[in-house]
Amino acid sequence: MATEYRTIVRDGLWDNNGVLAMLLGMCPAMAMTGTATNGLGMGLATAVVMAASSMLVGMFRNQITQEVRIPVFILVVASMVTLVDLFMNAWMHELYKVLGMFIPLIVSNCLPLARLEAFAGKNPALPSLMDGLFMGIGFTFALTIIGAVREIVGVGTLFADASLLFGSTFKFMEMRLLPADTGILMMILPPGGFLVLGLLVVGKRMLDVRAGKAIQMGGAHSAA
Amino acid sequence: MKQQRMLIHGVILGVFCLGFGIVLAISDSITVDDIAARALEDRLNSLGQVIPDSIHDNNLVEDAITMKNEGNQEITVYRATMEGKVTGLAYEIFGTGYAGKMKLMLGIDAQGKILGVRVLAHKETPGLGDKIEIKKGNWILRFDGLSLDNPLPDKWKVKKDGGQFDQFAGATITPRGVVRAIREGLEFFAANKAQMMDLAAPMAPMKEVH
Repeated sequence: MATEYRTIVRDGLWDNNGVLAMLLGMCPAMAMTGTATNGLGMGLATAVVMAASSMLVGMFRNQITQEVRIPVFILVVASMVTLVDLFMNAWMHELYKVLGMFIPLIVSNCLPLARLEAFAGKNPALPSLMDGLFMGIGFTFALTIIGAVREIVGVGTLFADASLLFGSTFKFMEMRLLPADTGILMMILPPGGFLVLGLLVVGKRMLDVRAGKAIQMGGAHSAA
Repeated sequence: MKQQRMLIHGVILGVFCLGFGIVLAISDSITVDDIAARALEDRLNSLGQVIPDSIHDNNLVEDAITMKNEGNQEITVYRATMEGKVTGLAYEIFGTGYAGKMKLMLGIDAQGKILGVRVLAHKETPGLGDKIEIKKGNWILRFDGLSLDNPLPDKWKVKKDGGQFDQFAGATITPRGVVRAIREGLEFFAANKAQMMDLAAPMAPMKEVH
């Protein structure tokens, strides 16, 4: 059992990373990574939704028949997103003001749906919860890295506005690494997202090759 | 046989929909009051930035009227009163920037002098056009204290167009849109002053603001 969970964690964080290996969830990975803070926020919100919906689907996997599984999965993800949206708006309003616009976008992210189909629909609640959670954390990791690279090269700061997201105690995270007005603006604009993502995917493959791992072409094999 | 199986799938899907529907309905009813309260706080907060607390003793959100602006769009005009007299007004103005519509809140006093302007929503380029936000710079503060005859109408432009307002490096279209929106906002007040200052006018219905 322990090794099984270790595989789930490894898969989610690195080996089968949603963005860097499976190339899923490209929409938020492009649109929400102008800064590291945005990437981190979007990733965390997605992780919560993924953990909750994976656990639910794991619990009800025997009731969800093959023929109606896709609509039920979408229903689960959409419901979880709506719940997170409502609760955050009501009780974590400061955070909501920053993250609020990202949350409805999670519904259109195919990564949660892919994990429900590939994992949670076939496994009990607890492993499903772990899979959703660690896939979500891996997603957060990838988005934060993309955001950080784009932000540093684009405007020369790192984690700008992090204190808006997590409160003023996290002011220390906000850094200026390059002098103002030296950034390459294109990196903040949409082309920068494609460039950085491409380079990071290459970088991950190179690390894997060096570590002697067989490259899983497209990654989709292990997901399906 | 086949039809019966189809029925079962339909029932399963229906049960899930019903279940999640109930959960969502309950969550909505739990949070609806808190969310409305937060939205009101936000509104008062953004109004507080363009209408100083010291000039009014009323609740800005309660003393509001709705009007049609030049674009035939319904806008809410918030009115600050002190001892029964109108001392200030705040309303949304719209401009066109580099990447589409920009929404701003304009606050003026009873003489039409600007108390403050804030950008509420825009899609301008990060790092260039977004310097119109108060969070990114002080540019928007330069309008404080100005009015329709200060500067004169032909100076209500960015410098590039022969006016008096600085554009910022690499971005002219955004400031041009903002300057124009503010000028039109002031003209709107000049044209509709009587109606906007009329405290007997019917109040705007309190609507939920998101």
